[in-house]
Order: sequence, then C-alpha cells, then structure tokens
Amino acid sequence: MSGLAIQMAYVVAAALFIFGLKLLGSPASARRGNLLSAVGMLLAVVAALLDQGIVEYQWILLGFAVGGVIGAAAARLVQMTSMPEMVALFNGFGGMASLLVGAAALGTSTATFTLVTIVLSILIGGLTFTGSLVAWGKLSEKIGSGAIMFSGQKIVNSLIVLAILASAVMFCLQPENLNWLFLLIALSLLFGVMAVIPIGGADMPVVISLLNSYSGLAACAAGFAVNNNILIVAGALVGAAGIILTQIMCKAMNRSLSNVLFSGFGSVKTTAT
Amino acid sequence: MEPVYLTFILMLSIFVGFELITKVPATLHTPLMSGANAISGVTVVGAISLAGTGQQDLANWLGAAAVALASINVVGGYMVTDRMLAMFKKKGA
Repeated sequence: MSGLAIQMAYVVAAALFIFGLKLLGSPASARRGNLLSAVGMLLAVVAALLDQGIVEYQWILLGFAVGGVIGAAAARLVQMTSMPEMVALFNGFGGMASLLVGAAALGTSTATFTLVTIVLSILIGGLTFTGSLVAWGKLSEKIGSGAIMFSGQKIVNSLIVLAILASAVMFCLQPENLNWLFLLIALSLLFGVMAVIPIGGADMPVVISLLNSYSGLAACAAGFAVNNNILIVAGALVGAAGIILTQIMCKAMNRSLSNVLFSGFGSVKTTAT
Repeated sequence: MEPVYLTFILMLSIFVGFELITKVPATLHTPLMSGANAISGVTVVGAISLAGTGQQDLANWLGAAAVALASINVVGGYMVTDRMLAMFKKKGA
C-alpha cells in the first residue's frame, strides 16, 4: 500500500476515534462508541502493517500474540469490582510502550526537536508507568491504600524535578552518551512513584483518569519522535479528553484537581501542627 | 514531516478532545476513562514501525517489547470497556 493510502487510513481511524469518544459520552450509544473506536484501532494497525518500511513480521506478530493473550485474559478474568485498577494497569503498560518507542526512536535522528520529543515521551511514559502501578497497588490493596508521607517529601520531589530537568538538558546536548538516557528513564520512573504515593486510596479514580490523560500525551510525544500522525492525533485526543474528564470527576466530588493531587502534602502540615 | 505542520495537528486535536467531553453522566466516567485509555494504546502503531525494520538492533527489540505492552493496553482496554458497558445495559433493562 502506498504512503498516501496509509495516511488516508490514518485519517479515517482518527475520525473513528473522535466519533467513538463522542458516543461513549452518552449511555444509549456508549457500547457502539467503544466498538467504533476499536474498529478505528484495527484500521490503524492494519495500515501500519502494510507500510513498506515493514520487512519483517515475526517480532510484530510475537508482540501481538503475547500482548493480546495477556490483555484478553486479564480483561476476561477480572472481577467487576476490580475494574478501575485493571484500567490503571493497562494504562501503565501503554505508558511503558510509549517510553520504549521514544527510546527506540533515538537511533533515527539527532535533531534537537526529535530529542526533545524523545525526552517528553520517556518522561511522561515513565511516570505514567510507575504512577499507574502504584495506583493499581493501592486500589487492589497490594500496598497500603493510605497516603504515604515522610518529612522532607517536598524537598525530595523538588530535587527529583531538578535532576530530571538537568538530565533532560544533558541528554539533548549529548545524545550519544546513553548514560543520560538511562538516568532520565530512572528518574521518570522514580517520579511516577513519588507523585502518586502521597495520594489516598479514595482519590485514586481521579489519579487514574489523570494518568490516562498522561499516557495519551506520552503516545502523542512518541508520535512526534517517530513522525507518525495517528499517534499525535489520537494521543492528543486522549490527553485533552482525559484532562476534561479528570476535572469533571473532581467537580463531582466537590474538589479541585490541585486539592486532590496535593491533599497528601496538606495533611502533613495539619498533622504537624 | 515538518514540525510546524505536526504542531498544527496537535493543537487542533487538543481542541477536539476538549470539546468532545461535555456533560457526561457520572456512571459513564469509568467506561469513558477506560475507552480513552484503550485509544492511548495507539502507540502500538509507532511500535510496529520500529519492530518490523528487519535490523536486528536495539531499536528493533525495544519496538517488539513496545508492541507487546501496547497490545495489552489496546486489547485489554477495549474488552474491559465493553464488559463494563454490557453490564450497564443489563441493569437499565
């Protein structure tokens, strides 16, 4: 299939995603909407497989087989009551996939723009992965569902953010030195843990919704890194829709988003006084 | 492709995403989140292009791993969403 036909297939897939999300917003049409967006995904995957750059299929098929079986089994077997943590877990895998795509794109180009998008996909993908794992652990009570806090947490988090910024800059300046890449990945993973542990279990659905938005943004950044339209469009859609949904969920609880995200830090203050 | 052109696409997609989600009933929050989550597995498309290059290098392996992880997200995400929505229908009837 020629490049133009593939791009047109991506356009149709994007339209199906948009319609699907729209239909998911009302009870009568929600199931149809989900099906529609699944058809869009199938179309995008088939189009990607027909690309002339694809010369070898065994690794792709192996990946599909492994991921498909695990995903299908998990979706079938999960208890109805544990749906939210299942979503969190799936979401984490999506974030990790974006991280890997971003890291793998390093070989293709060393233009600054590409490097910045690689940094973003690694950073957002990494924090989505570990953040989702922590959210999953809290909801399924594999780890304590309460907010985990320690003194000096703010300082530690600020240091991590500074270290991320520093390693991101160094990575862009010296892309051939892989140590910066590994440091960036490690810090992103650490940051995901640190961002979610101070939030209590009851607020987890909001956090998962936010992480869902992040995984969209990670896919979007990965799309910039590998120059792929459908990743950018679908990723941005999920990112924006996820943010709005997060806000709606916060409003439903009569809270603001910052109140949910930083409630843990606030309670440190109140217990101290 | 030009960065500027891609950024245009990004901006328009974000606006569409913002406009799509309005007045969603509370019962649909979780399915909508789950459905959107499945779409974010679209990163599988990028992973495919890396996993099928035929060069036995690191990017190839990373791509294959990304295909597997993203497939979990896509397949699991859509199936879980469908299960949730099927349950709603039974309750309503």
